[in-house]
Amino acid sequence: MKIPLSWLKDFIDLNGLSVEDIARKLTLAGMEVDEILYAGLPMPVYKDGEKHEFKTNGIAWDKEKIVVAEIREVKPHPNADKLTLLDLFDGKQEQVVLTGAPNIFHLKGAGKLEKPIKVAYAKEGSTLYDGHADGQVLMTLKRAKIRGVDSYSMVCSEKELGITEESDGIIILDDDAPVGMPLADYIGDAVLDISILPNMARNANVIGIARELAALTGRELKQPKIEFKTSGESVNDLVSIEITNSELNPRFVAGLIRNVKIKPSPYQIQRRLKLAGIRAINNIVDATNYAMLELGEPLHAFDYDVLKARAGKNKIKINTRVAKDGEKLTTLDGVERKLTAKNVLVCDEKGSLSLAGVMGGSESEVYDASKEVLDAKGIETKPGEIPQGKITSRGKSTVNILLEGAAWNFINIRRTAKQHNLPSEASFRFSRGVHPALAEIGVKRGLQYMAEWAGGTVAPGLVDVYPLKPKDSVVEVTSQDAKKLLGIDLTVKEIAALLERLEFKCEIKDTKVRVTAPSHRMDIDEGVVGLADVLEEVARSYGFDNIPVTTMADALPPQVGNPIHEWEEHLRDLLVALGLQEVVTYRMTSVEKESRVAKYDEYVRMANPIAPEKSVLRRSLIASVLDVLEKNIRLGESLSFFEVGSIFEPVKNNLPNEPRKLAIAMTGIREATAWDVKDSAKLDFYDLKGRLELALSGLRLTNVSYTATESTPYLHPGKAAEVKVNGQVMGVFGELHPLVKEQYELGDSPVLVAEFDLELLRKATPTYGIMPVSEFPSIYEDIAIIVDESVLADKIEALIRQTGGKTVTNVRLFDVYRDEKIGAGKKSLAYSLTYQAEKTMTDADAAAIRNKIVKRLEHEVGAKLRS
Amino acid sequence: MLDQLNEIEKSALESLAAIADQAALDAWRISTLGRSSPLMQVFAGFGKLSKEDKPVVGAAANRVKVALESALAERAEAIKNAALAKSLEEEKLDVTLPGRTKHIGRLHPSTQQLRRVLAILAEMGFQVYTSREVETDDINFQMLNFPPDHPARDMQDTFFVEAGDRGDNPILMRTHTSPGQIRAMREAVATNPQNPPPIRIALPGMCFRYEQITARSEIQFNQVEGLAVGKNITFADLKGTIADFVRRMFGEGARLRFRASYFPFTEPSAEVDVECFVCGGKGCQVCKNSGWLEILGCGMVHPNVLKNGGYDPKIYSGFAWGMGPERQLMLRNKINDIRYFWGNDVRFLEQF
Ligand SMILES: [Zn+2]
Repeated sequence: MKIPLSWLKDFIDLNGLSVEDIARKLTLAGMEVDEILYAGLPMPVYKDGEKHEFKTNGIAWDKEKIVVAEIREVKPHPNADKLTLLDLFDGKQEQVVLTGAPNIFHLKGAGKLEKPIKVAYAKEGSTLYDGHADGQVLMTLKRAKIRGVDSYSMVCSEKELGITEESDGIIILDDDAPVGMPLADYIGDAVLDISILPNMARNANVIGIARELAALTGRELKQPKIEFKTSGESVNDLVSIEITNSELNPRFVAGLIRNVKIKPSPYQIQRRLKLAGIRAINNIVDATNYAMLELGEPLHAFDYDVLKARAGKNKIKINTRVAKDGEKLTTLDGVERKLTAKNVLVCDEKGSLSLAGVMGGSESEVYDASKEVLDAKGIETKPGEIPQGKITSRGKSTVNILLEGAAWNFINIRRTAKQHNLPSEASFRFSRGVHPALAEIGVKRGLQYMAEWAGGTVAPGLVDVYPLKPKDSVVEVTSQDAKKLLGIDLTVKEIAALLERLEFKCEIKDTKVRVTAPSHRMDIDEGVVGLADVLEEVARSYGFDNIPVTTMADALPPQVGNPIHEWEEHLRDLLVALGLQEVVTYRMTSVEKESRVAKYDEYVRMANPIAPEKSVLRRSLIASVLDVLEKNIRLGESLSFFEVGSIFEPVKNNLPNEPRKLAIAMTGIREATAWDVKDSAKLDFYDLKGRLELALSGLRLTNVSYTATESTPYLHPGKAAEVKVNGQVMGVFGELHPLVKEQYELGDSPVLVAEFDLELLRKATPTYGIMPVSEFPSIYEDIAIIVDESVLADKIEALIRQTGGKTVTNVRLFDVYRDEKIGAGKKSLAYSLTYQAEKTMTDADAAAIRNKIVKRLEHEVGAKLRS
Repeated sequence: MLDQLNEIEKSALESLAAIADQAALDAWRISTLGRSSPLMQVFAGFGKLSKEDKPVVGAAANRVKVALESALAERAEAIKNAALAKSLEEEKLDVTLPGRTKHIGRLHPSTQQLRRVLAILAEMGFQVYTSREVETDDINFQMLNFPPDHPARDMQDTFFVEAGDRGDNPILMRTHTSPGQIRAMREAVATNPQNPPPIRIALPGMCFRYEQITARSEIQFNQVEGLAVGKNITFADLKGTIADFVRRMFGEGARLRFRASYFPFTEPSAEVDVECFVCGGKGCQVCKNSGWLEILGCGMVHPNVLKNGGYDPKIYSGFAWGMGPERQLMLRNKINDIRYFWGNDVRFLEQF
């Protein structure tokens, strides 16, 4: 929300506080100032090394060079049809100024003006925004000859002065603007752009911010003076209101003003609206917007005569009700809306008038005949252009206005605004909660401004139907409460003083303060929640910075760690130590992407996917790491990735299972190349297997076995294995199936992948204990045997170990060899054996064991010792 | 005789001076100090000398022998040194040639940062608690004081999961790690319903928001929350704990400030800014010229949240704070695009 400083000053004296002081106080109290926009006031100058505090934008207006002036005559330019020459007085001397401004052009050649036009006048050397450039580009006003006429100064537009980002025509100031006064002193301003938090909707207006500033500075809040004269027949005799559902519409207030004349608002008003980011339309629309920005109550103006015509001879009977399903209403943006029974309507006897709290209907809206066409947001459409909205042809401008101020259920408004995609200033406020108390003061303020700016007379009375008054929240607070939640020592008197600054009513009774929330607030509850609500206000008012910094004195819970988390982190460390890069990927993927690896019937599907390729939750971590591998395939000679994370298995209409998985993918060359290392052997099955063996031994798992498998569809059927611990399958690994690999761009090298279930792995029993290192020497011996191809290595190793018993402490396969001499269908396996006993072994001891082993192998698998 | 000795010494030293290798040195030693050398002949003819000459010639011969031997040792040392110097010179490498490397592994930067954060929290007594990524609306929102259709829900745009019509309790991707607060509290209460134990936990994990993927916003990001619940915990304790954390995380001198803010599940709520560590608070691109960096949100646990967790808000109080490891890395390392994190480009990953 953008708040001009000058407007704030209507309600609080800010003398002695810099713009930045004000912004800082608001920011620390929860109204974060995102940016300060200067529109005339001097900007802070930072010396080198000095601290900035806020994002700052805009320009300051030089007091010597930019002043209020008056145009006395508009003359034609001798050499240019579209330009005019202005005879102008700047308070000291007469000037001739060249302009092409369209909004003064009609006075060309009209002779001396009866009433001079007040303008913003910039002299040579002024710094302004370039009015002709795209966007905001600073420029310095220089002397030039334009079509033979000397030009050294100019009459400014809002764009040039940084009041709006775009403008057409020069600023025409109010008639009472003092000629010769520096413009900065007259209308120089700064705008605070404040983020309004959802619980601070009460501050989405000028008086709300002023009230907070009053509390933060201990200064007085100047309440708005609402006064106007009334005459004629009372509105109560002309209009009645009926509310059918008070939960949805707790209050409805209406006032009447007669004989207004629609025209532009005073410039000061337009300027404030524009600085606040609202377009100036005309004095009536502006009055509703201005009162809303000021006090926080959105207002809606009806053309009273349209309502009267609809009622015929009867009294105007307004009622509010939910729409019938399928009921239609054309809103003032010209769109026909199809409504549902959840939308609330303001209606009369003939039908719907407006979508309550969100947008008015087109038929009864305020009409300005001088503009001919108006579109939804009041944006003028030039004659000949196709209007954005609808064309009104009521012929006569609105003269009598019925002004509505109401209270609506914020959840309902929020739903309706979302349903019809109609975010507006009104729905922004109503959907966050506007206190019903504001309806009355809002309508009065609107009527007051209409009377001031449009010259009408207000009818006596207000129609005010208020079936559901919110209960005033009352909370009792003690010093003990403040100590317990906030950790500060405050007397009840101090608590009361801190709250009274924010307009809470406080009654001290012994050790308690009885606190009543002010009538503009809907965020204070009762009971234990109300206590927290009130203590928050105590803390804000006290200042978070003033609260002490203490060390927790509360009991420290027993420190038990998180074994599952620690185990996963250990696994990550092992994999990193083995040369694998960790990746983290999106949980959301698409069925198409995953089906390259594996096909699943069921997925957890997003109800509102952000993109087709992110429409389901992943079921396979392999697919995720393969995506990463594919993406990086040209970026390294060797790539090894792993990911640890959840996959998502759907459970019908319920929360999915989220098992934790590990996936690995690797491809490329085995050793890093260098200028003298040219080995380009590719990573293969056994590279991945070796890493898995090391990782599993790092997890202290023993009794690990590997079994060939052909049942994993994405793996090469001849190069795939299941990993079992204690006979239970923990995961699979192997080379990617050629048909799967074909679906990716993964280069020529084999791609190795592995997937493990982490819960199974974690629950497999680890083996602890370290073998003692023997003092006795070992005997090492190599044996080579020849067996049939079909005999698996792990079978032979198992036989060696079984036969050798405890004495054979290590069996290492160091060579696999095939050639013609050995014979077709045969292979030679060479093992290095280590014999170790709790005594010094002799060669004869070793030979005895070896002979037993060889015999066993001959007998069991037909092995022959290779000589 | 003495003249002869002087002559032997002089010519031997002269020839020694010309010697540059070990072989010549060996030859010199034999010819000069060997048994048949002129000097040794002097010793051999010793018996023939008169009584008077014996001590004089003996002393002179011994002096020459010692002198020649020491010259030999010195020369031998010099030759060895010269040979070593030569071979060292010949072995000289181009040290600027690149070394032979290994394909090494690394942790993902988010994991690295999560570990830093969790290590600090562990030292402070906050133990890791993890919970699921897909949640129900009641645990992710309603129990945390976001009623259905509440404006606060605008703060967390949500991915919903297809799960039939579950009324006001749809299934969704958790928008923050805070549902873990409810789960952790309930688990703790279950251990001792009469007198629930105090809680001090760290909640790390992936969270999801329905946002367009741009340089500034992502659909998933990690969060770490700290939660403390007990009978004696105050806002002042929250300030102390945060100050302690920030000091450990960002260094001794890091100034910080607490700004009032709003989160539905805490009250009072605050946002914590730390003085911009890029510019030292002078204003720069990273801090958008404000001198401050928003690093975490915090507050006292809302009474409704305590109640929903099973803790009586009249007896218990607590605080919670949350932060984003990716955001911390972006600020610290001037990473200008959040999409790098799940992009997994090795050229990014290898820099951590
Ligand atoms: Zn900075």
